Amino acid sequence: MKAIKQLLSGNGRQFGMIFALVVLIGLFQWLTGGKTLTPTNMINLFNGNSYILILAVGMVFVIIAGHIDLSVGSVAAVTGIIVAMAMRDWGIPWWAGILLGLLIGAAIGAWQGLWVAYVGIPAFIVTLAGMLIFRGANQYIGKSNTVPVPQEFQFIGAGYLPEIGPDTGYNNLTLLLGLVLAAVVIIGEMRRRAKTVKIGSVNPPAWVSATKTGLLVAAILYATYLFSTGRPGTSFPVSGIILAALVVLYVFISTKTVVGRHVYAVGGNLHAAELSGVRSKKVNFLVMMNMSILASLAGMIFVARSTASGPFDGTGWELDAIAAVFIGGAAVSGGVGTVVGSIVGGLVMAVLNNGLQLLGIGADLTSIIKGLVLLIAVALDVYNKTQGRPSIIGLMMKNFGSKDKLTVPAPVNPKPEMPTGTKSTIGTDA
Amino acid sequence: MPHNHTILEMRSITKEFPGVKALSDVSISVKAGEIHAICGENGAGKSTLMKVLSGVYPYGTYTGEIVFQGEVVQFKDIRSSEAAGIVIIHQELALIPELSIAENIFLGNEPRRFGFIDWDRANLEASELMARVGLEEDPTTPIKDIGVGKQQLVEIAKALSKRVKLLILDEPTAALNETDSQHLLDLMAGLRSKGISCIMISHKLNEIEQIADSITIIRDGKSIETIDVAVDGANEDRIIKGMVGRSLESRFPDHTPNIGEVFFEVRDWTVGHPTVPDRMVCKGSNFHVRRGEIVGFAGLMGAGRTELARSIFGRSYGNYISGTIIKDGREVSFRNVPQAISHGLAYVTEDRKTLGLNLLDDIKATTVASNLKKITKGLVVDKDEEYRYAEDYRKSLRTKAPTVDEGVSKLSGGNQQKVVLAKWMFTDPDLLILDEPTRGIDVGAKYEIYGIIQQLANQGKGVIVISSELPELLGLSDRIYTIFEGAITGEVSKADASQENLMRLMTSAGKHTPDLATQGPLS
Repeated sequence: MKAIKQLLSGNGRQFGMIFALVVLIGLFQWLTGGKTLTPTNMINLFNGNSYILILAVGMVFVIIAGHIDLSVGSVAAVTGIIVAMAMRDWGIPWWAGILLGLLIGAAIGAWQGLWVAYVGIPAFIVTLAGMLIFRGANQYIGKSNTVPVPQEFQFIGAGYLPEIGPDTGYNNLTLLLGLVLAAVVIIGEMRRRAKTVKIGSVNPPAWVSATKTGLLVAAILYATYLFSTGRPGTSFPVSGIILAALVVLYVFISTKTVVGRHVYAVGGNLHAAELSGVRSKKVNFLVMMNMSILASLAGMIFVARSTASGPFDGTGWELDAIAAVFIGGAAVSGGVGTVVGSIVGGLVMAVLNNGLQLLGIGADLTSIIKGLVLLIAVALDVYNKTQGRPSIIGLMMKNFGSKDKLTVPAPVNPKPEMPTGTKSTIGTDA
Repeated sequence: MPHNHTILEMRSITKEFPGVKALSDVSISVKAGEIHAICGENGAGKSTLMKVLSGVYPYGTYTGEIVFQGEVVQFKDIRSSEAAGIVIIHQELALIPELSIAENIFLGNEPRRFGFIDWDRANLEASELMARVGLEEDPTTPIKDIGVGKQQLVEIAKALSKRVKLLILDEPTAALNETDSQHLLDLMAGLRSKGISCIMISHKLNEIEQIADSITIIRDGKSIETIDVAVDGANEDRIIKGMVGRSLESRFPDHTPNIGEVFFEVRDWTVGHPTVPDRMVCKGSNFHVRRGEIVGFAGLMGAGRTELARSIFGRSYGNYISGTIIKDGREVSFRNVPQAISHGLAYVTEDRKTLGLNLLDDIKATTVASNLKKITKGLVVDKDEEYRYAEDYRKSLRTKAPTVDEGVSKLSGGNQQKVVLAKWMFTDPDLLILDEPTRGIDVGAKYEIYGIIQQLANQGKGVIVISSELPELLGLSDRIYTIFEGAITGEVSKADASQENLMRLMTSAGKHTPDLATQGPLS
């Protein structure tokens, strides 16, 4: 008993949030009679949610800095239509299309950042305006038509890791990716322990680390197995790789760079940050700009997956992304939140969606259930804080941020494989 | 004129906060129809006493007895004290800028007819009340469109609408100019003649002299004495002595200053209020700091000390800043905080929790926050270096915390202040401006903070200490400037400084004798 407690509440408490996800997956695996944890379903789940998770990565920075961005869905849509039309009408190649899309995102982000940071209009208003402006722009530019995108472009949203090398019965690249990841996790944990000793701090007992790492590796391997044994022609999706790369990058930024520190500082106490020499305007500008760039990327991935850009792309995305961030432990008042938490929060929503769909539950009830989950997750968090106890989600997420960031593998944790795979334990248990 | 019976008696009031005895056995008695002044240093307990009286601290949270109009009263909130006829007007006016004068006067107390607000009656009654306080404005004028002086009158009209018998005014003239102040004092005298009693908290001894019938002095949470002006007269020296009369124990580490040449100089420093156009919060200030010198800035709250410091620290306060800063023989200008920091300035705020700390951070992140460059290699903040530096400072400053991973919100005030000091020491500044460095810190930790300040001076840094506590300035500073209403009114060397002459220079007394200001000691 004590051992379990130590695993869950000590340094292992970072598992708590994922634990909830695992329980959820286990529940659906049971309810759907095993339809949840199949290669096809998992691949679909990733393909269908990677763009929301990408938005969550940007949104968590916005929310940490104390703002909100309501325009992401519209920004995604307007980028999608411009890129689609540029490729169709001007004949620019797919890579130039992606570049163009990112530039559009940067331009829109600079526009919104200007209003928020330098004019001082609340982001809620600026992005509410942006939501209207860019939705209208999408429909004006595309004349409310659907514009298809070329085959090569579809790769970023609907592509998979290709089949190369000998026929092993698995997708070799996915297999390789999974094994490398597992190795990184193990080596990382060992380096972290070594380093902790070096700076004179105390490590948790070896078995805690071992169990933690073991579970993680098992999860990764199980996920690898799932993704590499899908329908022929499918494997780990390209959008998942893009997401994973972004998560690694942004975990790095948020935990290891000066800019990352400054985002937390501005959100935590604006005045104190300014009196400490933080240029808060610059920080706010960058955060808003970054969000729009990621929104553009998400828009392009969505268009690539659905093979065409349409007038209603991205409707309601902002709410999904914001919900993911708050379920992931961010504070409305700013200063608190992690990239990993937001990804896990986004996955909770994604798994809920997916599971309820598999159960044949309609969109009406799904929406009600998702709303309640958001409310209860945040209410529990708030309740714990008012009781003087540390926020459950905050604590769990804090460890992602603080302990793991000591070492390289930290960014790896957030990788989609882990949560998907952690269920292996549950999956086999249940 | 003053009647003889007593309208209010507070007997043996004791009020404790966790760890602090804010009031200890304070007694005060106010006669009907008199103006009773309460004097004391910042933090002496004046406001706490008034909060006890007005029910902000409800019955049961203090010990002692309040007798109002011959009855023992037990107020449970402000409403119940107002119902009895006691109204408090705080220094920060409780008016809503967007609402009209009439709406503000009747806020929470609106005249109703058939359940709806009767605006005709409200405006009519407001006009009558406004006439009583001598306010000539349309009752429908929004509060934001009238000046502070008139706003003060609206507050009094509001009090009159509640049929006030005892009016408490906390620093009523602090934000007013001469004319408005005089008008307000005249009004108070008028109310007195109509039988309304007043308790007035003020730092302005000349006003107290002018208007008060009796004066109670509070020091360190104790009532020292009550002076009946009619009998004893309002002797300024006696008031000052009463206010500061505590003995100076050895509360400071021994220190032999090693003072070098002048390296930092500010000339003609003038700063406009950020929102009120023509109001100047610093008026042509001149001062200098030598290497290794601890320079004190004495002034009462609101005198413009913080504003002076922050406007110098990268213009983090104020508008229309003009003046010259000379550092190491060259004229410099800091347009923003990062520039000030890179020129070797550091500013430790008086308001640790709202301006000084990100309470979500831990010790190590806070320690390095102002100089992340120092531990950043390429793009990456070196966490090992961060830990090492933070740990070094934790040890050398003896910050009481299990590890530097501890959140700063969990530390005591003294330890939080050490972390803030560490943060600024980490920027290796030439000049540290410490604004109320020991506010909210217990005596033991104060001693340690003083030690740190002296060490910094020994390293050849200039240190400016702004403080409301005169003994602290006297014990710590090598030289002291006094500030009153945004102007530097005096410069006193350590040898010449005494609480009495500083208090004189930093209250209105100094203003009337500007020629003495530069001469140092007064007596």
